[in-house]
Amino acid sequence: MKTYCLEVSSDLACFTRPEMKVERVSYDVMTPSSARAVFESILWKPAIRWHIEKIEVLRPIHWITVRRNEVGAVISMRNTQEVMNKNAGCLGLNIEDERQQRAGLFLRDVTYRIHAHFELLPDAGENNTAAKFLDMFERRAGKGQCVNQPYLGCREFACDFRLVDTETTHPAWETLSAAEKTDLGFESKRDLGWMLYDMDFSNVTNPQPKFFRAKLENGVLHVPSWNSEEVRG
Amino acid sequence: MALKNRYDFVLLFDVKDGNPNGDPDAGNLPRVDAETGRGLVTDVSLKRKVRNFIGLVKGEQPPYEIYIKEKAVLNNQNKRAYIGINKAELLEGDDKKRKGGNAVEEARLWMCRNFYDVRTFGAVMSTGINCGQVRGPVQMTFARSVDPVVPQEHAITRMAVATEAEAEKQSGDNRTMGRKFTVPYGLYIAHGFVSSFLAKQTGFDESDLELLWQALIQMFDHDRSAARGEMATRGLYVFKHDNELGNAPAFSLFERIQPKRKDGVVVPRSVEDYQVSVIEDELPSGVTLEKKV
Repeated sequence: MKTYCLEVSSDLACFTRPEMKVERVSYDVMTPSSARAVFESILWKPAIRWHIEKIEVLRPIHWITVRRNEVGAVISMRNTQEVMNKNAGCLGLNIEDERQQRAGLFLRDVTYRIHAHFELLPDAGENNTAAKFLDMFERRAGKGQCVNQPYLGCREFACDFRLVDTETTHPAWETLSAAEKTDLGFESKRDLGWMLYDMDFSNVTNPQPKFFRAKLENGVLHVPSWNSEEVRG
Repeated sequence: MALKNRYDFVLLFDVKDGNPNGDPDAGNLPRVDAETGRGLVTDVSLKRKVRNFIGLVKGEQPPYEIYIKEKAVLNNQNKRAYIGINKAELLEGDDKKRKGGNAVEEARLWMCRNFYDVRTFGAVMSTGINCGQVRGPVQMTFARSVDPVVPQEHAITRMAVATEAEAEKQSGDNRTMGRKFTVPYGLYIAHGFVSSFLAKQTGFDESDLELLWQALIQMFDHDRSAARGEMATRGLYVFKHDNELGNAPAFSLFERIQPKRKDGVVVPRSVEDYQVSVIEDELPSGVTLEKKV
């Protein structure tokens, strides 16, 4: 299946580490699951599944911390139903009562190139051919069309996206300093530790996280295939 | 009427001698990107103002109730009747798979129908699979100032004290010192997006969209306080795509709105010191620019 490359960039990004999600701390680079979501925001049908192949990191890794007032409560299903049934009552949440101040450690000034292809699922049906989806994706991505604006980790970090040639080189890397190059795994691989690969939705009611050992090699994060041994649940 | 277009918008607003958004990490100083010196206003701060505005003008009545409230606009502690659920109507026009949906689905739709902020910005409900999130059609980003801002600290005095003990200590002098922070002037830009696909899922329609534009234009006029100084919306540029998916990349459209300091202005202190160049020539076909302000 043909591989496509999207160049995405944004002022800010937060690929939240699951172990530090109360006060959000981002992974150093984009996760495969959020890269998948970028492709899905442009084209997704139940007949296809996107697979991320590699993520190129074009800018040095910079951080910013932002503390915000957030709400700690979740809309209660039971209260909602009670009010619905009685046709009376009081819903709504006072932010002063449920306030949490949370800091976030986000990435800033990020640019990635994400390479991905899609797989046609076995139960796609006769009308859903690969060629049809290839056409649709090329048309949409080329024109900047999307179902919702893609974002880098959180919705407030909307990203710019461009469909680029997979073979083009990256002038951005040539301008990096030696320290920045080391940071991106030039010369010797940089181990990023265990990173979230994606959620396994095969059991829809109880999706399970899958992880893989992420390494930056010459600015590139190679993503193993979903069913490979490197991906652990 | 359901939305049939994609919209991308640019919001320009300014602040004069006020603190547009305090940073709890820095003792309530105005938020600043430490490396570039440009001021920041978070997405949630802007959405808070939209919610407050809607709560104010629509009087907290369905279908314009606000779920995430600030006490300042709270006025519904008394019980009152809700619109009954008309199940047939709920199921109409919705995704076929959801037809005959269970209680979760019904509750989700009911929340969307009653609460403007739920169907606009989305919400997390403890329902259904995968958190039962409602994704809203309206997506907003952090706002950033065009030029670096310099937060200023002002010491102020109060000619009174809070407690008897303090009064005794000062032997009747009764003064306390406080401090407030302002930005002398800052022009900020925020970007936003409206997805018609997500709008259909929450029932966000044309009239809701008009209300959103109105809120973005007028929200600062109803958010006066000692801390804010003078804030005002200075521009709302809406790119309307005649295609639901859109006709051009959003960021290529945003580049057409470029506020720049006028020649000779070293220190900007008012909106007059800026020239907003709007490139309207050769808009991609199928995209129209609406200048709301």
